[in-house]
Amino acid sequence: MTDAGAAQAVEVVYRAEFGKVVASIAGRFGDLDLAEDMAQEAFVEAVRRWPTEGVPPNPGGWLTVTARNKALDRLRRESTRQARHEEADMLTAHEDPGAPVTSVTDERLRLIFTCCHPALALEAQVALTLRLLGGLTVPEVANAFLVPERTMAQRITRAKRKIAAANIPYRVPRDHELPARLRGVLAVVYLVFTEGHLPGSGGDGIRDDLCAEAIRLGRVLRELMPDEPEVAGLLALMLLTDARRAARLDDAGALVTLDLQDRSLWDRTKIVEGHALVRECLRRNRPGHYQLLAAVNAVHTDAATAADTDWSQVLALYDQLYGATPTPVVALNRAVALAEVEGPASALVIVDGLELDGYHPFHATRADLLRRLGRSAEAAAAYDRAIELTANPAEQALLTARRDALS
Amino acid sequence: MTQYLLSVWHDRDATPEDIYPDPEEREASYAATGTFNEEIRASGNWVFAGGLHAPSTATVVDGTGDEPVVTDGPYSESKEQIGGFWVVEAPDLDAALELAARGSKACRGKVEVRPFHGE
Repeated sequence: MTDAGAAQAVEVVYRAEFGKVVASIAGRFGDLDLAEDMAQEAFVEAVRRWPTEGVPPNPGGWLTVTARNKALDRLRRESTRQARHEEADMLTAHEDPGAPVTSVTDERLRLIFTCCHPALALEAQVALTLRLLGGLTVPEVANAFLVPERTMAQRITRAKRKIAAANIPYRVPRDHELPARLRGVLAVVYLVFTEGHLPGSGGDGIRDDLCAEAIRLGRVLRELMPDEPEVAGLLALMLLTDARRAARLDDAGALVTLDLQDRSLWDRTKIVEGHALVRECLRRNRPGHYQLLAAVNAVHTDAATAADTDWSQVLALYDQLYGATPTPVVALNRAVALAEVEGPASALVIVDGLELDGYHPFHATRADLLRRLGRSAEAAAAYDRAIELTANPAEQALLTARRDALS
Repeated sequence: MTQYLLSVWHDRDATPEDIYPDPEEREASYAATGTFNEEIRASGNWVFAGGLHAPSTATVVDGTGDEPVVTDGPYSESKEQIGGFWVVEAPDLDAALELAARGSKACRGKVEVRPFHGE
């Protein structure tokens, strides 16, 4: 194999296997810091050896065993860490990295729940998940959230230190804790996705890399928790939203609203996969927040043209969502559907009753309703407020164009 | 097993009457806290616990120089001060958080959970 071929093989394996290697070492030694370092070293070793020795038949297993051996070596060297030293001594000779790894129990599930523990700040949960489970490097995680590398490295180090000092358990939560804890995990993944779909800062209209990473994490969750309908719902929601990515920006980089998008640019493969997941959720009949949002997006992606959209179905789904989660943001999105079913006047009555002054979609929605009602001066003021509150350049361009087109 | 400090925080100037304006509520809270203490003794989580006098009764001693310097306390100027605490032993943070939630409900105050150094 050529050097370039082997390097590429390591790169591909890296993203796919990093989380598994970290999880396996953390499960064995109960130390995330050690797990991260040894996973990293195992990949360095792969980069060094695979070009000359060839890529092993089971690259993931090779990396796990190599990382485990390196962990044992380090623990033996650190004689001051007596307890761990004894633990390491109990484990006899090195394993052969070429031998197959027998345990297929996926340790990643425990890793996810540890990374997304509610005792950690949300930003730390996101950073740990992307670094340890997603296998992004520290500079990549820093870049994803537009903070200096040093800041991100400190954030990750501090979080790992808290996990160790406070004895945050490395396990899947018990049944009675699971719903709340799973909501936290899903929120972290969706946060990564929304930051990619509509970045709040940094000058990009869409961040493809973050969308792709969130979907990849969503697939991992789906693989690990195939019976959780909200996991399927989140993956479906992300796929059906991301399917429209190519149509979401015009040539000038301005955001294109759903009704004006060129639907031939939509990604049919993602739509088909998303629809299948939504149908699976319907069969299970245990609806939840992400499933309902996915269903809304399934209705949109089901319509051949914007005029074909079944808005009464969208409104019914938002009614259900608002019944379960009566937040002002859900009420706002429900009002958008109501405007299509009953007209902008009914929707405006609801929107005007919401306390969402700091939320730019509130002003953007209100502006559109006022525009449709011919109240141009008020619409212009609302567009101005929305433009002021959003940092996303693609959205600013759309809102500015709408405002300037007012008579 | 890890030991945790569960500290209860109050406004610096709050009197028991401020914290529990209703005397019945105050008595109910004291009783609930007493029950909680008995429960965690029985479950083996109890290490130590105590309620503190007002922060204005505190004294700060600086013994790092040649002669100890004594000043009227408390040490922290913060508006929020510790009113009492438990030291508990628990298998992990999740277990400690569960104890803290029960203690918080019993004493009607927010509880900070902080691990002790091990070994």
